[in-house]
Amino acid sequence: MSGSAVLFDAPGPKARRLSRILSIVGIALIAGGLAWVIMTLAAPRQASGGITLSGMFAPERWDIFSEPIVWQSIGEATVRTLQAAGIGAVGAVIVGVILSILRTAANPWVRIPTTVLIEFCRGMPVLLMMLFILLVFSTGALWAVVTALIIYNGTLIGEALRAGIASLPKGQREAGLSLGLTPLRTRLLIEFPQAFRQMLPIIIAQLVVLLKDTSLGYIVGYPELLRQTTNYLANFYGNRYMFSLFFVALAIYLTINLLLSWFARWLARSEERKRTGKKGKPDKTILDSTPNANAQALASGSGGLGAA
Amino acid sequence: MQVIFDNLPVYWTGFLVTLQLTVVGGVFATLIGIVIAIFRISPVASLRGFATVYTEIVRCTPLTLVFFFCAIVLPILGVDFPYLAFAFIALSVYTSPFVAEALRSGINGVALGQAEAARSLGLGFGQTVGFVVFPQAIRMTIPPLINVFIALTKNTSIAGAFYVTELFGVGRALVNANGNAVIAILLGVAFFYLVITVPLGQIAAHLERKVAVTR
Repeated sequence: MSGSAVLFDAPGPKARRLSRILSIVGIALIAGGLAWVIMTLAAPRQASGGITLSGMFAPERWDIFSEPIVWQSIGEATVRTLQAAGIGAVGAVIVGVILSILRTAANPWVRIPTTVLIEFCRGMPVLLMMLFILLVFSTGALWAVVTALIIYNGTLIGEALRAGIASLPKGQREAGLSLGLTPLRTRLLIEFPQAFRQMLPIIIAQLVVLLKDTSLGYIVGYPELLRQTTNYLANFYGNRYMFSLFFVALAIYLTINLLLSWFARWLARSEERKRTGKKGKPDKTILDSTPNANAQALASGSGGLGAA
Repeated sequence: MQVIFDNLPVYWTGFLVTLQLTVVGGVFATLIGIVIAIFRISPVASLRGFATVYTEIVRCTPLTLVFFFCAIVLPILGVDFPYLAFAFIALSVYTSPFVAEALRSGINGVALGQAEAARSLGLGFGQTVGFVVFPQAIRMTIPPLINVFIALTKNTSIAGAFYVTELFGVGRALVNANGNAVIAILLGVAFFYLVITVPLGQIAAHLERKVAVTR
């Protein structure tokens, strides 16, 4: 039992037995709940008008998946989702870099308007921004989605980078200036690379959020994965496929996002290991969970909540 | 501009629904989040496993899909609520893992020696967590928790796309009715969101500074 570190003793025989019993009860409850959900979904339903609808796992609700064209259509939609996320990610990092430089500028005429702009963009739902861009600039759905994601996530990444710059030792800047570099060059050549590296896990966590938020394209009419499956395909093949199509979309989203967030965590851990020497176990925290827990929590707490 | 003043009552009702979604969603998300956080640090392995899986899965699901889940799957399971109730469920479920993670990060921020001292005095798990660790963790938890609520406020806008007449939904309806004043209408909507999110952000930043000084 190496899970939680110091909150409780290494369990003795009695505690182990109790824990095992509770574990079994817990697993039984969870498995029971899942079984009930699956049974209810599988059971045929009585619809209004006395028609009996087949259960959710009945073959006639899944037969379209034997057609290659359905998968092709889902694949194209996945590509569109990833495309929006990819353009958004590149743009958001660039905007983030620019904003963090402007926001930390010495000149108040640059700093203050930037701060106001950041506060404004951060406090607004992305969805509202998408609608605004779509209607006011008539950009088409893709660019409405992408631009809003760039602006919103760019401000958050910019703030993360700013925090990274602020957390550097003062000597880094002083050394750069004393070498005769201008303040801007000091920032770009010395402070920035360090801040970027330190904040990389947070930035990647933010990019997971960005990927999740592409599903808002559903609402502004961009045919991404969710819209393609639950709207276009379900309309085309009939509503009885709604559940299975939704299920497939959910599975694809979960796969992509889980992989990305595991990558972010792995990156955070390997960075931490580099910094603390090659030892496997870096600074201990009460929960003995992933190292760099605070940075992670910051990522999940402030930015990570797929803000819309 | 005139459109905003003409429709001020409409904005106001939308604002109240947004506020309601934020508060109710926030309260239930906090309750679920506390339970998940306790599971996550508990001595019982199965509960820890459950909490971890729950956190991972819910965090990786886009909110739009959570709303969809409520709209398609819950009715099949016999939960047939009005859309507003579905919005409450979707928002609290979606927000709960973020609350749990904020709590966990707060607990992680408490110095290791505190828990060690409590343990060496002979306090059990419940006493260590309840009397020593948790009270200290709360102060470090509140700023990230406020950030979670800010994000929740903005996330309520998705409910507007699922037939709940909150601010975003109101904005969309007004735009449909007055196509010539899109900019003014949407800026009006943005203003009402900022009324909630900017002050909360200021409070969070202030508290963060306070915590940072004493740490």
